[in-house]
Amino acid sequence: MAKKLAIIASKGTLDGAYPPFLLASTAVALGFEVKIFFTFYGLQLLNKNLNLKVSPLGNPAMPMPVPVPSIIQVIPGLEWFATWMMKRKLKKKGVASVEELRDICVETGVDLIACQMTVDLFDFNEEDFIEGISSGGAATYLEFAGDADVSLYI
Amino acid sequence: MSDFDVELDTSGLNCPLPVLKARKALSEMSIGQKLHLIVTDPGANQDIPAFSKMTGNPLLESSEQDGKLHFIIEKGDA
Repeated sequence: MAKKLAIIASKGTLDGAYPPFLLASTAVALGFEVKIFFTFYGLQLLNKNLNLKVSPLGNPAMPMPVPVPSIIQVIPGLEWFATWMMKRKLKKKGVASVEELRDICVETGVDLIACQMTVDLFDFNEEDFIEGISSGGAATYLEFAGDADVSLYI
Repeated sequence: MSDFDVELDTSGLNCPLPVLKARKALSEMSIGQKLHLIVTDPGANQDIPAFSKMTGNPLLESSEQDGKLHFIIEKGDA
């Protein structure tokens, strides 16, 4: 029987998008059955048009070319700059884009599940989400995670 | 490096793309055919053997030449 990987994706930032899609696509390549449950800000990862950002604000571990004090990080444009810099670095190092990894997940049959409660909570419009996803709640996740070999909260 | 049927050069690509591309290439091959996989991602030294072991596609050879890693993977019957 195939191994199972259950992931809860709760982050909607550029850096937060990588672990779930990267591990899910790799797990499928290794023969796993995979389900990702998107909850809270992770729901942003289901949008047709991804506009993910990374912010150095509140993230003191993020490497920056020059040290930027927190008080400066609130200046408009710094988040844009940090995102641009990160995307450029990812491309330069031959890392797949989030869109590319997500497409692979969809094509290879990763089950993408939107947490219904948080969809309602934030008034997300399901028409903005990519095709082929389903929705479910806590019990849906636990039913699968209960006998999954690997279960991650990201 | 021994004979092979299909060559896949993933030079410049980083984790997890070499594994994902290897899986795709193997899925289009027949049992017993050999894939010559070229990788520059240094993590492949651990990742490709793990991929081979978990998917039942035997890793026949691995070597390093001119800063690139070369693997010969046989398509298994799993």
